[in-house]
Amino acid sequence: MSRTFSVGGIHPDDSKFSMNQAVEEFPIPKRVFISMNQHLGAPAKPIVTKGDTVKVGQTIAEPGGFISAWVHSSVSGTVADVALYPDFLGKKVLTVVIDVTGDEWMPGIDRSPDIKNEITVSPAETIAKIAAAGVVGLGGAAFPTHVKLSPPPGSKAEYLILNGTECEPYLTSDYRLMIEHGQEVLIGGELMRRALGDVRGIIGIEDNKPKAIRYMQQLVENYLGWTVVPLKRRYPQGGEKQLIDAVLKRRVPSFALPISTGAVVQNVGTAFAVYEAVQKNKPLISNILTVTSQDPAIQKNYRFRIGTPVQEFLIASGAMDHEGKLIPAFTKIVNGGPMMGKPVSEPAGPVMKSTSALLLLTEKQARRKEEQNCIRCGKCAQACPMGLEPYLLYRLAMASRAEEMDENRIFDCIECGCCLYSCPAYIPLLDQLRIAKNASLKNKRK
Amino acid sequence: MTSILLYTILTLSLLGAILAVVLYFVAQRFKVTEDPRIDQVAAVLPGANCGACGSAGCRNFAELCVNSETLEKCFCPVGGNAVMQQVAIVLGKQVSEQAPMVAVLRCGGSCDKRTRVNIYDGSKSCKVMDSVYGSDTGCSYGCLGLGDCVAACAFDAIKMDPVTGLPGINEEKCTSCGACVKACPKNILELRPKGPKNRRVYVACASRDKGADTRKVCSAGCIGCKLCVKACPFEAITVTDNLAYIDFNKCRLCRKCVEVCPVHCILEVNFPLKKESIQNE
Amino acid sequence: MDQLLISPAPHLHSKDSTRRLMRDVIIALIPSVLVSISFAGLEALLVLSVSVATCVSVEFLITRFLMRRKTTLGDLSAVVTGVILALNLPASSPWWMVLIGAVIAIGVAKMTFGGLGHNLFNPALVGRVFLLISFPVQMTNWTVKNGFFSFGYKTADAVSGATPLGIIKEGLASGMTMEQISELHDFSYLEMLFGKIGGSLGEASALAILAGLVYLLARKVIRPHIPVSVILSAFIFSGVLWLTDPLHYADPVLQLLTGGLLFGAVFMATDYVTSPMSAAGMVIYGVGIGVITILIRVFGSYPEGVSFAILFMNAIVPLLNTYFKPKAYKKEVSRG
Repeated sequence: MSRTFSVGGIHPDDSKFSMNQAVEEFPIPKRVFISMNQHLGAPAKPIVTKGDTVKVGQTIAEPGGFISAWVHSSVSGTVADVALYPDFLGKKVLTVVIDVTGDEWMPGIDRSPDIKNEITVSPAETIAKIAAAGVVGLGGAAFPTHVKLSPPPGSKAEYLILNGTECEPYLTSDYRLMIEHGQEVLIGGELMRRALGDVRGIIGIEDNKPKAIRYMQQLVENYLGWTVVPLKRRYPQGGEKQLIDAVLKRRVPSFALPISTGAVVQNVGTAFAVYEAVQKNKPLISNILTVTSQDPAIQKNYRFRIGTPVQEFLIASGAMDHEGKLIPAFTKIVNGGPMMGKPVSEPAGPVMKSTSALLLLTEKQARRKEEQNCIRCGKCAQACPMGLEPYLLYRLAMASRAEEMDENRIFDCIECGCCLYSCPAYIPLLDQLRIAKNASLKNKRK
Repeated sequence: MTSILLYTILTLSLLGAILAVVLYFVAQRFKVTEDPRIDQVAAVLPGANCGACGSAGCRNFAELCVNSETLEKCFCPVGGNAVMQQVAIVLGKQVSEQAPMVAVLRCGGSCDKRTRVNIYDGSKSCKVMDSVYGSDTGCSYGCLGLGDCVAACAFDAIKMDPVTGLPGINEEKCTSCGACVKACPKNILELRPKGPKNRRVYVACASRDKGADTRKVCSAGCIGCKLCVKACPFEAITVTDNLAYIDFNKCRLCRKCVEVCPVHCILEVNFPLKKESIQNE
Repeated sequence: MDQLLISPAPHLHSKDSTRRLMRDVIIALIPSVLVSISFAGLEALLVLSVSVATCVSVEFLITRFLMRRKTTLGDLSAVVTGVILALNLPASSPWWMVLIGAVIAIGVAKMTFGGLGHNLFNPALVGRVFLLISFPVQMTNWTVKNGFFSFGYKTADAVSGATPLGIIKEGLASGMTMEQISELHDFSYLEMLFGKIGGSLGEASALAILAGLVYLLARKVIRPHIPVSVILSAFIFSGVLWLTDPLHYADPVLQLLTGGLLFGAVFMATDYVTSPMSAAGMVIYGVGIGVITILIRVFGSYPEGVSFAILFMNAIVPLLNTYFKPKAYKKEVSRG
């Protein structure tokens, strides 16, 4: 009997079409655009200038604050520019643009495919290496991992939960990672487990990935302190709060960090990056993403270099012609999963460290239907995993009643999208709630 | 039959009389003494309760006026100088004239000058669209055209022009209450003085992109060339971040900047057509 | 790039739509509609057609010409109101009465509040109660001319009879006991399950209603909370009364199978717009309806109480929504 979280949730179609596609190496583009804004927290500050030559893995930017990350070059070549360039949303951000020549790596990086099992570093060294490698949460939020692994004074970690649920439809990159590099994921997890003070380790995997569950269960037999917990296929099983609820039956209070329940959650992709950083001295310069759609010809998993423009993937998979125009079958490009991903309005913009998918949607899938009257069916409240009442919060948001929205816990919204997904009247619930929630949080910080 | 009628009338009349007396005493007991001037001031106020004055409503503003030493900090933009004069008369205080203001749209990127590069399909609200990405045109500073300002206006003074795709402000109805200014997520609505004879000059652009980039996406966008700065005899224009801005306190409406602007993004409102331009046609 | 769609997440949507949900309700009503036509014949067909046609027309006219908006008929809610109103009326209802009922239901109870989603009271019930109060004679005329199927029950051209509830009320009021009443009249449970008893069109066959309930639950159109709490509370309350004095109270199975209780529990109390949003609220709502229905039936002056019970609880729903919220993700237990 698989466990699951206790409030709300929805069951979209799996659509894991690219599940059985082995990860391919995506060719290095001619030019990469490495954004300084790829993580939560302060933007990084470039330490290279136009004209510098760089190698793969070379540091090109330093952290811009306490919650920030190092950034490294994912290619070798010459820095063409350090200026404002549009990201995939069309917003101008500070970017280091590098023209690629060859594929020369920094010395000291272990590129061999051998798996290094032995852990010779202390917890403090582990965290230092993770920080220096620029590892951020690869589940999508891109929170600097070394900060997450250092609980604030007063909190103590009891569990490390590796998030292998991949609850968003269409996405298969985490699945392929576990199937193809499960050992490395576990070593990375073990490194983090020790760094947190020898806590208990749990790997949560949705039960629509039986192969991954079996494989990881096999692997954890060789390690003390680890369990694999199969979870029901339900969205958002992989949300931090929901995952902690499902696995530990503990709830995170409003405004508190998950560490207050004793749990630290990390994506399996992050665990892999930790392994590479600590065992192989390799900074975070690549990741795995899924290029997927309903078209069987466009369903692949790629290992890519950070900074590759989105359109490179689309052209290579045949979804875009060489002039940069989408083929007529598709009308929307999503960076990420269909429930929480961001729309791409500038395909020349690059993919980031935590980009997990590029999803192509047809007109029929993407075009929103016309909004109608709320019929007070309550399906949104039934679906909300935080037990909020989206129909009520929407009305309050339209009337700008901030105090009442706070009374109804608008700040607890995790922006999962279950409400908009379930609304039969096609009311754009989350669109307004997101803005109201951010305004509420901004007010609280004052 | 008549006895029933009689009894009914007597009972109800007695009930009515008793309740009237009770109500009278209750009203007297719970009476709140208020300065009668508050009612008098409230009577001359417009009664829109829009909050433009900074108070919570017209009655609160009336209280403020009555309780303040002077009327310096009290001004009702909706009623304007006419209403403030009346308030001054009622209270026997002095009030100074303030220049009437009007809302102005600092964007000239109509549909013919700025082309759409993608289709926005989300909730039809400027606030939402702004939170998602820059814009469905190439300019991430300009008007989004979804009408948050129209929805915010309590005086029916702003309407979306279907041809240009931009909001049009009716200067007769506009009370400069500031609701549209607050509602606009791009902050391109500004309150400026109506000006003598309702004439004003302003830069209809808010784009801070470099000139070449602006030009690519909008043919009416300010390119930061500074020709207007050089032309202005009153030093009223400054260019910051590739964007020109006219200080309305210094501007004397000579319109030299309008003439020299190469992209015609400086607008002159309510001026008669110049003789030269008529002759040239 | 000018065909690229941009909108914020989520980018997928469930297959649910208002239209689909209403369509499922119509499908669930089909068994009751078929039973009513087979037993009441063309009269039933007339009542149904007039009701649906009027509801649809009134909504169209008001939306287009009074409110000057795009027509909302596509969501099929007017059709649902029309069918439910018709099933609440006797087969012998004159067409003009059905017309008036439909005009009140859509025009007054729904559109004056602002259209779908804004009404406080169930439109079909408002129409029905309006007719009950305005035309009491026509609304209690239960004559049924020959239907399409006889099942061998009828020998005359028409059957004129009061509803079982009406018979019981009169009988008890005139001093008879339940035993005496049931000796005079044949209250067969089987008949009630399959139809062929006096009453409104929709009250006839309990089985048809239950089939509709199963369909609605399977399609996840409604949750079981309201129907179950209405039925259970009515059953238990009337059961308690019956146990105290079986001679003067109808037994709970009779109470369940007669009158509009089942139909009300499944199709009218579960109306989205007028029912509570949380599970706790729904249960309280259902219990209120069940108890008030039995109270009116037993102690009130009307033989049937479901309509009034539902309308009364409709008025309480906003209060229920304020004080009974859905299950929240909140920190309940302290850890460790």
